[in-house]
Amino acid sequence: MTARIGVVTFPGTLDDRDTQRAISIAGAEAVPLWHRDKDLKQVDAVVLPGGFSYGDYLRAGAISRFSPVMGAIVEQANGGMPVLGICNGFQVLCEAHLLPGAMLRNTGLHFVCRDQKLRVETSATAWTADYAAGEEISIPLKNIDGRYTADERTLDELESEGRVVFRYQELNPNGSLRDIAGISNAAGNVVGLMPHPEHAVEPLIGTGRTDGLAFFTSVIKKLVTA
Amino acid sequence: MSLDTVKHAAGTPESAQPWKELGLKEDEYARIREILGRRPTGAELAMYSVMWSEHCSYKSSKVHLKQFGEKAPQTDALLVGIGENAGVVDVGQGYAVTFKIESHNHPSYIEPYQGAATGVGGIVRDILAMGARPVAVMDPLRFGAADHPDTKRVLPGVVAGVGGYGNCLGLPNIGGEVVFDPCYQGNPLVNALCVGVMKHEDIHLAQASGTGNKVILYGARTGGDGIGGVSVLASETFDSTGPSRRPAVQVGDPFQEKLLIECTLEIFREQLVAGIQDLGGAGLSCATSELASAGSGGMRVELDTVPLRDATLSPEEILMSESQERMCAIVEPGKVDRFLEICEKWDVIATVIGEVTEGSRLEIFWHGEQIVDVPPRSVAHEGPTYHRPYARPDWQDTLQADDAGRLARPANAEELRAQVLALVGSPNQASKSWVTDQYDRFVQGNTVLAQPEDSGVVRIDADTNLGVALATDGNGRYAKLDPYTGAQLALAEAYRNVAATGAKPLAVSDCLNFGSPEDPAVMWQFAEATRGLADGCLALGTPVTGGNVSLYNQTGDQAIHPTPVVAVLGVIDDVNRRTPMAFSEQGQLILLLGDTREEFGGSAWSQVVHDHLGGLPPAVDLEREKLLAEILISGSRDGMIDAAHDLSDGGLIQAVTESCLRGGNGARLVVPDGLDAFTFLFSESAGRAIVAVPRSEELRFTDMCGARGLPVSRIGVIDGDAVEVQGEFAIPLAELGAAHEATIPGLLV
Repeated sequence: MTARIGVVTFPGTLDDRDTQRAISIAGAEAVPLWHRDKDLKQVDAVVLPGGFSYGDYLRAGAISRFSPVMGAIVEQANGGMPVLGICNGFQVLCEAHLLPGAMLRNTGLHFVCRDQKLRVETSATAWTADYAAGEEISIPLKNIDGRYTADERTLDELESEGRVVFRYQELNPNGSLRDIAGISNAAGNVVGLMPHPEHAVEPLIGTGRTDGLAFFTSVIKKLVTA
Repeated sequence: MSLDTVKHAAGTPESAQPWKELGLKEDEYARIREILGRRPTGAELAMYSVMWSEHCSYKSSKVHLKQFGEKAPQTDALLVGIGENAGVVDVGQGYAVTFKIESHNHPSYIEPYQGAATGVGGIVRDILAMGARPVAVMDPLRFGAADHPDTKRVLPGVVAGVGGYGNCLGLPNIGGEVVFDPCYQGNPLVNALCVGVMKHEDIHLAQASGTGNKVILYGARTGGDGIGGVSVLASETFDSTGPSRRPAVQVGDPFQEKLLIECTLEIFREQLVAGIQDLGGAGLSCATSELASAGSGGMRVELDTVPLRDATLSPEEILMSESQERMCAIVEPGKVDRFLEICEKWDVIATVIGEVTEGSRLEIFWHGEQIVDVPPRSVAHEGPTYHRPYARPDWQDTLQADDAGRLARPANAEELRAQVLALVGSPNQASKSWVTDQYDRFVQGNTVLAQPEDSGVVRIDADTNLGVALATDGNGRYAKLDPYTGAQLALAEAYRNVAATGAKPLAVSDCLNFGSPEDPAVMWQFAEATRGLADGCLALGTPVTGGNVSLYNQTGDQAIHPTPVVAVLGVIDDVNRRTPMAFSEQGQLILLLGDTREEFGGSAWSQVVHDHLGGLPPAVDLEREKLLAEILISGSRDGMIDAAHDLSDGGLIQAVTESCLRGGNGARLVVPDGLDAFTFLFSESAGRAIVAVPRSEELRFTDMCGARGLPVSRIGVIDGDAVEVQGEFAIPLAELGAAHEATIPGLLV
């Protein structure tokens, strides 16, 4: 079977078409989902791509979480469906309380676009099984509100439960607490991160590396063998 | 104040009108009265004043711009030429590419963030209006002295505005320039380029035809921002004692523009529009008059149906408002419902404000009363034309006689080394990553090359790997020394940059930034630069497809350097064959292509080491540029070269430094016979590039150069972790990198 992975477009989403292409390259069928639809078209997994949904007005992700499509996604995520939030998608997942914490303005106060080194801390999630724990990868980062923050107890909990999935290496580009670039929920099916794996899937494009492809192959393997 | 209707105007010929305050000259006002056979209404006066401004009418420049048409090279590639929102070029496989560069200089000085942001927004809508999906942007920027306190206000604001707007639209920013010179202190140049892609059959034009077709205004509500922006801001010299003009700068909402883009593309896909125009400078006055003027019939508009942000706006203000993120479409009655449905899907407000009529007049009504009745061509296309006097300034000879060749050169290897470090660390030659790292270059997932590469390359078809390349260049110092040659050098450099990445140059867009046209010396610079550019485009076979003129870039009697900025578009059949600039393989040979002469006039070296501007700029040989481009393209296509970098400001040592730092490898260089080390490193002779060639390809490549008559010399090898000039000096990459990287953050943070 071919896995069907939904990609949500909110007003102001930017990386939806890139994400669809990455899913196709990885070997699955990309299914466009519209923010006003409650119907998830029977997809096996969902990606919330990057962008500035609703112009980031009020707060990044704060309005999108109320979109009709999010009700269905929260319900199915709680039932175990793999969900990946990238950048603005991560912010939406936090606002929807599928993941703890929040993103603040970068400490440098500027938009930052760079090729970012990360360490994959765990392969025990739906989206990182094809990496080895401790593996270093390099994928693009581009945001202005990327400083991950949460209270100390939540951070300790994330660490002790192995839910810090990615950590910035060499340079913390935005002041994220404990160098956290991405986290998961307790079950490991919901993952959010600020950097952009969908921009690192073709050798010729972007940074010239394909370090992001394993996000998509990980989930596809899981779905196909499930 | 009571409504100034057409009827009222006809009956009150003696009423005093504020034509002067609106920027019109006395003879222009008289001409409007002659066209209409009465005095204009307030609304008509508003329309004429903005449409006849320098910015919209090109009244001082158009007698010179004509040459771009008269001297246009024969080419099959041009699908739509000058005069539309942007030119369209055939790039093969059924694809058409549209691109254009524009200025937003004056607003960006007053309000850097919004000025720059709306500059990006405006050019993106121009590209969208042609029927294309915008796929990338570029921003050539020029500021005052790097260490001037006001640069710290203007530059970060402009960069944040370019990024804040472009990033939010999801358009990769793939190149541009950042240049500092005291001549831009009170007049920074913020130029913005956008490129879009469509299929041939998707080309749309700005015309209103078909009696009964509806006029739909869609996008943002109309507000009080940007009123008089074009007439007051873009067409008058700044007066330091004048009142604040902040309200004349528009305020952008990139989120609204993103919705407008996606909504418009969906409307195009369903073929719902007969004509379309974006609202930019002069707002509704421009859109309605241009659409009606280019179409076959007239147009009737009910102005009171325009959705407003501020209900107190007068009809004149609504006509002049430059509120951003608005478009105007001409739609057949049977397609209106579907059009409005798509707008609703994207939460875009859309309103039928009028229709195409049988007559030949543009008629505008306000609550049933007629306030405008004009021949649209007289507003949009038949504005005044000036033959401004121009004369070669008396100081030009003195400037050219002040030969940079007489400047003191480094006396020994130690001085030479110090000057290399000073050059690569100077604000103009230093790394601009502090700026470009604030722009998203990855979005859309098609970026093959982006800054600091010689040109930005984006893939436009993921199945066939067809791509386009774009470069923008300009050098005000060269143009000041000789505007004709300076314009050709800008063209040659952009052309060379496109070829260096392996793409074939096809077409040109230009942004001509000059001082006041009322100064004969400035007008001479403008006349010379346009003549140079038109001649150059003819020689290179690359037509000018459109662009923009920005005049009055001067404070008091101090004009900026004449600054023609030239964008060249190229096509690359297979983006896998693109040539990057990085020296990435140790052991590969470094070859210098072209002739190096003692040419230092206007050079970066003369600026950095001697703070000097004089003499003549480097000579231009456009036949040589063509040959060099052919060699670079062949070398890339046939896999002979692994890296290429154009030589321009800063000369060879600047190019070698950039290629070494980019690849993380050093280079050992040998000064070729017949040259001294100083000339070898710092000369800015045009028509040159360096390439990195695997040893196995050397013979094949040099044979090809030999057979075609392009001088080539082996100048070194990629090796070690220092840039070493044998017998002179070595600079470790770390030291070179620190000098190159630290400057801009040091000035701005």
